[in-house]
Amino acid sequence: MPSTRFSRRSFLELAGAGAMGAVLGGCSDDDGESSGSGKTIRWWHIANTDPMLSEWAAMATRFEAAHPGVKFKITPLENEAFKTKLTTNIQAGDPPDIFHTWGGGVLFQQAEAGMVKDLTADVGGWKDTLIPTALDAYSTDGKTYASPVDTGMVGFWYNKELFAKAGVNSPPATWADYLEAVRRLKAAGTTPIALAGKEKWPGHYYWAYLAMRVGGLEALQQAAVDKNFSTPDFVAAGTRLAELVALQPFQTGFLAAGYSTADGQAATVGNGKAAMELMGQWAPVVQRDNSAGKKGLGDKLGFFAFPAVDGGKGQGTDVFGGGGGFAVGKDAPPEAVEFLKYIAQPENARIEAKTAGVLPTVKAAEDAVTDPNLKLVGKALSASTGFQLYLDQAYAPAVGQQVNDSVAELLAGKATPEKVAEAISTAAKRG
Amino acid sequence: MLTDERRPAPAAVPPPAEKVRRRRRPWPTVALFLSPALFLFALLVLTPIVVAAYASFFDWNGFGAPGNFVGLENFRRLLTDEIFVGDLRRTLLLVALSLGIQIPISLALAMLLNQPLRGRRVYRMLFFAPYVLSEVVTAVLFTMIFSPNQGLANHITQLIGLGDLGATWLADTDTVMYSLFFVISWKYFGFHTILYLAGRQSIPPELHDAAAMDGAGPWQAFRHITLPLLGPTIRISVFLSVLGTIQLFDMVWVLTGGGPIRSSETLAVTMFQEGFKRFHVGYASAISMVIFLISVTFGLLYQRFVLRRDLEGAVTTMGDQR
Repeated sequence: MPSTRFSRRSFLELAGAGAMGAVLGGCSDDDGESSGSGKTIRWWHIANTDPMLSEWAAMATRFEAAHPGVKFKITPLENEAFKTKLTTNIQAGDPPDIFHTWGGGVLFQQAEAGMVKDLTADVGGWKDTLIPTALDAYSTDGKTYASPVDTGMVGFWYNKELFAKAGVNSPPATWADYLEAVRRLKAAGTTPIALAGKEKWPGHYYWAYLAMRVGGLEALQQAAVDKNFSTPDFVAAGTRLAELVALQPFQTGFLAAGYSTADGQAATVGNGKAAMELMGQWAPVVQRDNSAGKKGLGDKLGFFAFPAVDGGKGQGTDVFGGGGGFAVGKDAPPEAVEFLKYIAQPENARIEAKTAGVLPTVKAAEDAVTDPNLKLVGKALSASTGFQLYLDQAYAPAVGQQVNDSVAELLAGKATPEKVAEAISTAAKRG
Repeated sequence: MLTDERRPAPAAVPPPAEKVRRRRRPWPTVALFLSPALFLFALLVLTPIVVAAYASFFDWNGFGAPGNFVGLENFRRLLTDEIFVGDLRRTLLLVALSLGIQIPISLALAMLLNQPLRGRRVYRMLFFAPYVLSEVVTAVLFTMIFSPNQGLANHITQLIGLGDLGATWLADTDTVMYSLFFVISWKYFGFHTILYLAGRQSIPPELHDAAAMDGAGPWQAFRHITLPLLGPTIRISVFLSVLGTIQLFDMVWVLTGGGPIRSSETLAVTMFQEGFKRFHVGYASAISMVIFLISVTFGLLYQRFVLRRDLEGAVTTMGDQR
């Protein structure tokens, strides 16, 4: 499992129900080990399935062998369980020594609370071996708080066969073309788009991309600074999305559909029941794992970038997405940073690129990417003119959640573009 | 009758020496045996309540110590938060549905299962089985059953020729609460049925025999003998049902996540959303205080006015030896 955002099996969040009590009680979920002493490195990552589960462990063992006295204590966690457990530990002032991060507002909030180390000087040492935009998601005000590991972007993953059957012969390049393609797919009796409405984060991709295309990257950054999303650009983005919603392009009952469940978004596309989904670089893997017979679409699967919007200020080559990296807890021993340098070595970065099928941030490891679809993503990324991190990670948590919630209302046809912009502004002002 | 029994008979008055020993309680021993439980209770129950109450007066994101004191602002904001007000409305709806539908059905089933019925044990076991499942397992099961595209629910409506009734059960803001109530009932009706069955079986058969002798029909016997004597059981069952509904979390979280678009959120789900997704820990603490206050107020009032008679004979009141 790549270190991405899938398999949000929300029932694991129940751990959080109990954890709430722990937070309020001020009791930390202490492992009974003080970090820093005895050189034990507590490492939390989200690769809770193979191949990376074993690969990370093997990498840690090799590092231990080369650094006598260093001992790893690895805790692999499922996505949502990880977020909840990490929140609890950080609020108790006891961050793990190395932990997964998606960067953005969440990481910066942790940095502001003094919970993570400033890695500007350390990561700066191997910065030149990384792809140009690698550090963007983890840096603010000229300071870097994490070391990137993999990267990626969101785009449309489509079923070439269903597109051809509906007479859509080339991937749409503009929003008008895109709406036309959706109309044709519907006319051909195909469900155009699969969407996981229950989980909300897949829905926010549409609004975020449209806002990028209409207002440009600066608009998204400026809005966060001004705490004002009620500008004409954001309302226009919502209006474009409302045009799509009006076509009723999503599968029946999408509002209660999960992402990686038996009849969720990924499975619907993977089983050929819907023509496309807007999703990140991990989409092919999840489609395959959740489809009948674990086959996926195989050669029928294609990828195209989010279409441009006529008259918009944003470039069609600006990309939206994110990857994973590792942050270092405030009390971590220096060996933790040393280890991040170790996994950023090309030979180690290649292991993840090769076995887990992710896009590495280390330039020299790019040759390990073999999957044709992933190569397409890599090509779009390297040709990108700008990069925007997922809004629910880039913005402060309360704002990111409001984006997800409000866009969900828009997708359900229960809110106007103006109301969406207004609600996000309100959340941003409150902080 | 009960009070008569508790009044010590003259012969049972202990001799003076024993009386003295009874008055001098072995306090050190009591303290010794009580302290572990008290310590845990203070640590795991009282401390969190006090900390949550404290945190609810702050605008706090959970990092570091709470600093920005806002007084009652969090509570004032709750009143204007349409999600929170909706939570209260939804909780009331679920309570009303539980008391109006789930409890009567459980009662009726218990009466049925008390009849000399072939395979009675099997039925009892079957009806009780859902209660043994955890809420999470139940919810996962029903997400599959209610799936709009491959779910069992829609498949069945189609098979019996009611295809039009098929719906997007959990994906529609108008039906989601009723679907949720159905699942809650499915899981808990067996529990209430067993309670009523136990209560029914402790009613001495002589009473019904006597009533039959006097010419009472089945309805009259139920109305005037069974129901009044089941009173304590019904009151406890209602108590548990209401408290469970106020604190409902697991089932909703897994089944709907509070959606679609927050239309099935409960108080606890909103608390989780605010505390763990938005890091409004102060605000979430305020919600937790409201849940606590509602539960405590309901619990105390209910015990004071409804359960009073049932609790009179309880050991905890120590009879008139207080």
